Amino acid sequence: MSTTQHRPLQMPKPLAKQGGELDDRFHAAKGVRTLLRKVFPDHWTFLLGEIALYSFIILILTGIFLTLFFQPSMSEVVYHGSYTKLDGVRMSQAYASTLNISFDVRGGLLMRQIHHWAADVFLAAIICHLLRIFFTGAYRKPRETNWLIGLGMFTLGIFEGFLGYSMPDDLLSGTGVRIAEGVLLGIPVVGTYLSFFLFGGQFPGNEFVARFYIIHVLLIPGLLLALVSAHLFLMVHQKHTQMPGAGRTNNNVVGQPMYPYFAIKTGAFFFFVFGVLALLGTFAQINPIWQVGPYTPVAISAGSQPDFYMGFLEGSLRIFPNWTWDIGGHTIAWNVLIPALVILGFLFTVLGVWPFVERWATGDKSYHNVNQKPRNAPTRTGVGMAGVVFYGIMWLEGANDLIAVHLQIPLYTLTEVARYAVFIGPVIAFWITRRICIGLQRRDAAMLEHGVETGIIQQLPNGGFAEAERPVTPEEAAELIELPPPSVTEVRSDTDENGLPAPARRGLAGRVQARAHDYFVEGISLAPPANGHTNGHGTNGHGTNGHNGHGEVESGERAAIGSGPSGDRADDEA
Amino acid sequence: MSDNDADLEIGPEERRPHRVIGTPPPAAGILTDPGRGDGEDEAPAAEPWIPADNPDPVSAKNWERVAALLFTLSALASVGFVAAYVGLEIGNKNGDVVDATLRSNLALGTALSVAMLAIGIGMVIWVRYIMPPVEVSEARHPLASDPEDRAAFAETILEGAAASQLTKRPLLRRTLLAAVLPVAAAPLIVLRDLGPLPGTSLRSTVWKKGTRLTVYGSNQPITPADFNSPGAMITVIPEGYADNDEVLAKATVIIIKMEPGQLKIPTRYNDGVNGPHTLLNSMNWTVDNIVAYSKICTHVGCPAALYEQTTHKILCPCHQSTFDAETGATVLFGPAPRPLPQLPITVDAEGYLVAQSDFQEPVGPSFWERG
Repeated sequence: MSTTQHRPLQMPKPLAKQGGELDDRFHAAKGVRTLLRKVFPDHWTFLLGEIALYSFIILILTGIFLTLFFQPSMSEVVYHGSYTKLDGVRMSQAYASTLNISFDVRGGLLMRQIHHWAADVFLAAIICHLLRIFFTGAYRKPRETNWLIGLGMFTLGIFEGFLGYSMPDDLLSGTGVRIAEGVLLGIPVVGTYLSFFLFGGQFPGNEFVARFYIIHVLLIPGLLLALVSAHLFLMVHQKHTQMPGAGRTNNNVVGQPMYPYFAIKTGAFFFFVFGVLALLGTFAQINPIWQVGPYTPVAISAGSQPDFYMGFLEGSLRIFPNWTWDIGGHTIAWNVLIPALVILGFLFTVLGVWPFVERWATGDKSYHNVNQKPRNAPTRTGVGMAGVVFYGIMWLEGANDLIAVHLQIPLYTLTEVARYAVFIGPVIAFWITRRICIGLQRRDAAMLEHGVETGIIQQLPNGGFAEAERPVTPEEAAELIELPPPSVTEVRSDTDENGLPAPARRGLAGRVQARAHDYFVEGISLAPPANGHTNGHGTNGHGTNGHNGHGEVESGERAAIGSGPSGDRADDEA
Repeated sequence: MSDNDADLEIGPEERRPHRVIGTPPPAAGILTDPGRGDGEDEAPAAEPWIPADNPDPVSAKNWERVAALLFTLSALASVGFVAAYVGLEIGNKNGDVVDATLRSNLALGTALSVAMLAIGIGMVIWVRYIMPPVEVSEARHPLASDPEDRAAFAETILEGAAASQLTKRPLLRRTLLAAVLPVAAAPLIVLRDLGPLPGTSLRSTVWKKGTRLTVYGSNQPITPADFNSPGAMITVIPEGYADNDEVLAKATVIIIKMEPGQLKIPTRYNDGVNGPHTLLNSMNWTVDNIVAYSKICTHVGCPAALYEQTTHKILCPCHQSTFDAETGATVLFGPAPRPLPQLPITVDAEGYLVAQSDFQEPVGPSFWERG
């Protein structure tokens, strides 16, 4: 694809001079050129992280505007501002200044609403980005560190959002803070101390808005900025992953250069994100704080709901049974501890250790720069969907009162069902997802072997009818075929040639690891077609980890393609 | 790594995807980067890496007009934003304050949205339809360093460690560690004055013998005769504390009036394991079929503010803990572990509802020292 007309490019003199002056000082020509020509791969899911990044920038921009007018103080004032319905009402300066931002600062309501929407979009984008990374295996070596950094930002983002919507000190936000206080009190041994230190005494005190404010505008944004920088630096340094496709290997990046293509595209995307957030801030009212009045611990509005990213914690608080222990003069509030803190910790711990668990189970220590299609890792995809269902049920339960009202379902029934569904649902989701993945793999294998159905029916000389099929093109095959590294695919027999347990399966740890290995790599490995056609089941259809011809020992026993759960597998009978 | 580049010479006619989801790849083939080898001294590319012009100049010209239109629209929208900022008054000088704000919000927000989206769409048109399509490939360099570099690095570390003497002088090492750890703990110590210690403050409220129940909002004391509509629930607070949120966060009470015979409060004591048996519920603590319970939910402290008159259920709207008002606010459903504490009430000499004493157990959520 070389162009025939090749004219020399000439840098304009003033620019050349300026560039020279800069390079004299910074020795930058070579390094910056490398950066300018850096190749970025393209896929629509790669935009999810960019949405999070640009929401974060918009959060900073709108947040700076809001700090110019917001008074982070709980000193009491009697309101005499523009909003006459609250005239003469006793409230905190924080709430009064939020009313002023909304009603007396031009563009203030818009900034508030864009800021709030940006926070929701920020966390939604992070969650979608996290799911993309998980389901395509993009966290695998060498990107485990960036996975952990991402989880750190997710956690910080949740707390940042909570602190932010707690500061207006209206009835809704104060209720959220009250719940947080109840959770703090439930922590064994130090709970009351934490609560008294956070609130400067008994709830609500006169301190928490000012304290939340400085954490919200300085501490966490600073940490987030540092982590965002590290995240992006590592992404550039290690180079972005790419989706499987023609010409894409583990050793290259196919895409468009940063200058000018990616820079323009990502710049455009910033304006898109800003534009959409502006639309939301204009047309989708969010948190109309003037409607419910200032916070008082005496009152509450029905249908109180946190922002969506706190919903799963709210839901787990709602469905968890009322277990508490009174032991030796102390109260252990399991009804608060487990749903609010243990489940949160559990979720993030599982996410944090997952790359290492998978690495241990598969024994895969190689580099991965091409992402996997979710179907090609059925166990991982199943676990991911189990997690989504677990989270999703709790998240829905966070709005169980509204669901009950709108769907006419008795509230208690809904909660009772959720108490069981939160355990049963993930198991079913795991099993179904895994079967779907294996089914899709079978379809891919069939397509590689038999070709693509064209929809053209031909009449045969003998009068019969047959559908014409065309072979899979190399491009299509490149998207289907995935060759796992040898460390994953090496045959792990239960016994060695002398009938003794194989080295990999000796001892408890060995047996567990070997079982996990089989389970994780179960499924089909698709070999590339020879001459545009495939080898068929002979080499690629068989067994769980035997393929490419050297799986014969086992493939006889594990004949089924992607056989079911490990319980009915041949190695259990051996 | 450059041997992989050979794989990439795929003609454009073969790059016809069977099915495209999302962004289709540009039509042109993958260009390899001749100037991007591993070699440090490789000469710059003789050929341009990316073409200078779009292969379809007519289409590019048309799209250029569209993009120019969008950029102009964006500029106009920005002018509109300024106009809306200057021209639209907010506040309550002319009519309803919320209407004025929403009007201003609509105008400013629409202008801002159009200004941003028009730039975004225009830039996408620019990069996708005006610039020449290109797809290039870049080799990935191995992330792991060469063994020699690693060895040299290890040597540097060990040399430095030896020169620092830390490996040979355990006394120095250990005392330094002993000095640093307390310094690291210091920030935690200085946070001590963030608040007072809890002490026993969570165990009691301001209610005491003779404290009048005043209606929340009007702050007027109330007599049983005032509150003579069976099935009703009102929120009351201790007299004189209407402006004290810390007091109200624990001492807020609901009183419920029932038909004669509906109240069936059992005489209930605590288990007495951690102290003397204390009475927790009693019919003697009611007045004229009026019963008083703490409004602070025993789950995480939300006000249990909903009352269903027909079934006499008290419901906390936060997490749906449900209490039976007839039988001492016992838990019927939900995550709350304990009944809402009952406030002993009676009437004083003037006939107003007053507390007989404080609550006989801590109100609100569980905490470690609750016992």
